[in-house]
Amino acid sequence: MNKTLIILKREYLTRVAKKSFIVTTLLVPIFMIGLMVVPAWLASRDDKQERTIAVYDESTLFMGQLDQEGYTKYQFIDQNTYGTLKESLASNSEFYALLYIPANIYTNSQAQLSSPKQVPFELAEEIERKLSQIIETDKRQKVIESAGVPDLESQLAATRTKVSVNTLKVTETGEERKSSSMVAFITSYGMGFIIYFFVFMYGSLVMRSVMEEKKNRIVEVIISSVKPFQLMAGKILGTALVGLTQVAIWIILIVAGLTITKTMLSPESAQEMGKSIMESQAQMGPMQPNMSEAQNQIAEVIEMIGNLNIPLIIFGFIFYFLGGYLLYSSLMGAVGAAVDNDEDSQQLVFPVTFPLILSIILLFSISRNPEGSVAFWASIIPFTSPICMLARIPYGVPAWELLLSMSLLIVTLIGVIWVAAKIYRTGILMYGKKVNLKELYKWLTYKG
Amino acid sequence: MEYFVANNIHKEYGTTKALDDVSISVREGSIFGLLGPNGAGKTTLIRIINQITAPDKGEVFLGGHRMKESDVSKIGYLPEERGLYKKMKIGEQALYLAQLKGLSRRDALKSLKYWFEKFEIVSWWDKKVEELSKGMQQKVQFIATVVHNPSLLIFDEPFSGFDPINANLIKQEILELKDKGATIIFSTHNMGTVEDLCDHIALINKSRKILDGPVYEVKEQYKSNIFEVSYRGDYNKIQSMLDSSFVILEHKENSRENTIRVQQNESGESNELLRILTGTSDIVSFREVIPSMNDVFIKAVEMYNGTKK
Repeated sequence: MNKTLIILKREYLTRVAKKSFIVTTLLVPIFMIGLMVVPAWLASRDDKQERTIAVYDESTLFMGQLDQEGYTKYQFIDQNTYGTLKESLASNSEFYALLYIPANIYTNSQAQLSSPKQVPFELAEEIERKLSQIIETDKRQKVIESAGVPDLESQLAATRTKVSVNTLKVTETGEERKSSSMVAFITSYGMGFIIYFFVFMYGSLVMRSVMEEKKNRIVEVIISSVKPFQLMAGKILGTALVGLTQVAIWIILIVAGLTITKTMLSPESAQEMGKSIMESQAQMGPMQPNMSEAQNQIAEVIEMIGNLNIPLIIFGFIFYFLGGYLLYSSLMGAVGAAVDNDEDSQQLVFPVTFPLILSIILLFSISRNPEGSVAFWASIIPFTSPICMLARIPYGVPAWELLLSMSLLIVTLIGVIWVAAKIYRTGILMYGKKVNLKELYKWLTYKG
Repeated sequence: MEYFVANNIHKEYGTTKALDDVSISVREGSIFGLLGPNGAGKTTLIRIINQITAPDKGEVFLGGHRMKESDVSKIGYLPEERGLYKKMKIGEQALYLAQLKGLSRRDALKSLKYWFEKFEIVSWWDKKVEELSKGMQQKVQFIATVVHNPSLLIFDEPFSGFDPINANLIKQEILELKDKGATIIFSTHNMGTVEDLCDHIALINKSRKILDGPVYEVKEQYKSNIFEVSYRGDYNKIQSMLDSSFVILEHKENSRENTIRVQQNESGESNELLRILTGTSDIVSFREVIPSMNDVFIKAVEMYNGTKK
């Protein structure tokens, strides 16, 4: 058997059999689901606390107009009560908060809500909305009266317009395709993050594995049997396979999870849902257009996804994924070989991972302007291109830019692997020497 | 016949010279001692033999052919700084290292079975390295060095970390491997074991080879005409008989016999001393003092460093 393959096999098997691998592989999806579900569940629970708010209305505009809504009650008080309550609000258990509406609210649009507690954002918003609505209605009433046009209200209502802009992507043949900035944005962001996490996580794994072998001093025995390059290649590729296994397990878990929820939902809930929809449709006719509108929207999103250049995206993903991983993991392997302990590694890891972190920072501005000069340079320069070019692909990239970026990445990759292999070979047998960039540069000049 | 030959090896790291025109040749089936102070360049030479690094200049031959990449499977190397994967099971680890040397899984298992039984450590197969003592780990490392039945073995301080009993066991194993025809390069600072084991030595100091030859010849070369004589008689009488070509280095007296150490200047013959002494006293024993390897080592290195200054 090829020696690189033997090393690859060991790297793979020892990692996959580790408890930590099994735990993270199973826990990460649960954690992610938890991260999405828990806040949604918390948000769906209504705020059921009963609150009474004392209102001192100096403007007298709102008397009797603030009705109870949900669990919030309003009680109007006079000036004297306001004076005493203001002093004793903290010790008062009857009122949750005190709303002061000044006399000039009509022109100034400012009110004040004081409470000994932190007022929830929703409550403040609800009050704002109520007050604005009342003032607005009142103002409009006055305008209508002074204009003397009888059905002005309904005429004004008829002027309300909403225009939606459909983004179309024109291909070279002049064909127009529906595109969605939103769909492209999500795709590019998602892929960028996956690459970032994978490269970071598994690049560090390669580094730690190299450091372990150096620390253990087993490395000299191994490289008396295989070339250092074979050892490094086996390690990097084996670790990549571990990562791919993890991703594959996640995909299987997601698909299985979706299928299970679907089958669990389908017999009863789906039928019931269907029934209630039919009932509601029968009851109220006006619902119908809304329903078909929602269906249209879903169909549109599907069409937009379909209009993304999926084969190119998949190819780009695999290419930049591999390119980025090989680029950074070989550098991190070299760092692992160059240092003796964890503290020193931190110092050297930062310059290596800096472009990676920079790519993620640039990702947002690229998504906003995928044709801009930042996006262009970031997607051409090889150290940021794995994330940045990939992020641009869903928006469409000129072929020459893509080719330039890919060929630069390949050329750089060859150069980086050469440099990393040199550093690795010298570093793994070098002990007790504090290594800096200058020293590393010297190693490149060593022969054999 | 020479099994391993290195000719005019040069190696530099940046501006530091690690090896400067070093040549050694190792006879097939012999034990060759590679000696030298720390930092002399021994490890670099060993790494060149193992093809871990390549020489800047010079050639390396194995079994009459220029050394090629596949020759690593004919070499077994036990480095001075050695270790194993802490979390990996002993058996799997030995199997892995054997496979890296080019053995098939089946051959590796067969050979490992032989060695594990020989060292009576079969029950360790499923243990992790971190559960073993240092001496136990060393045994596993020794097995990993010899498992692929190499024809050239390189041991760098093989006895460090062993208790006297296990050190002796390893020594016997090394001699047995030699009897079976293996060629052995042996690097150590323990001159006692060099005298016990080695047929031939080379001494490297400050990146140059300063001494080379069979152990007895090297010692012969460093002897300095010192004789040790035990006699029954009067010391003063002897002293008066010896002329200026002799220097008495030491004299000891006890109730039964006296002993003196005498150094003769270069030109004289050993018989001359004997002739003088036989006339004066009753000689019990007479022998020429041959330096130990320890003396040779120190003398050679000091002389070389002295002339360099």
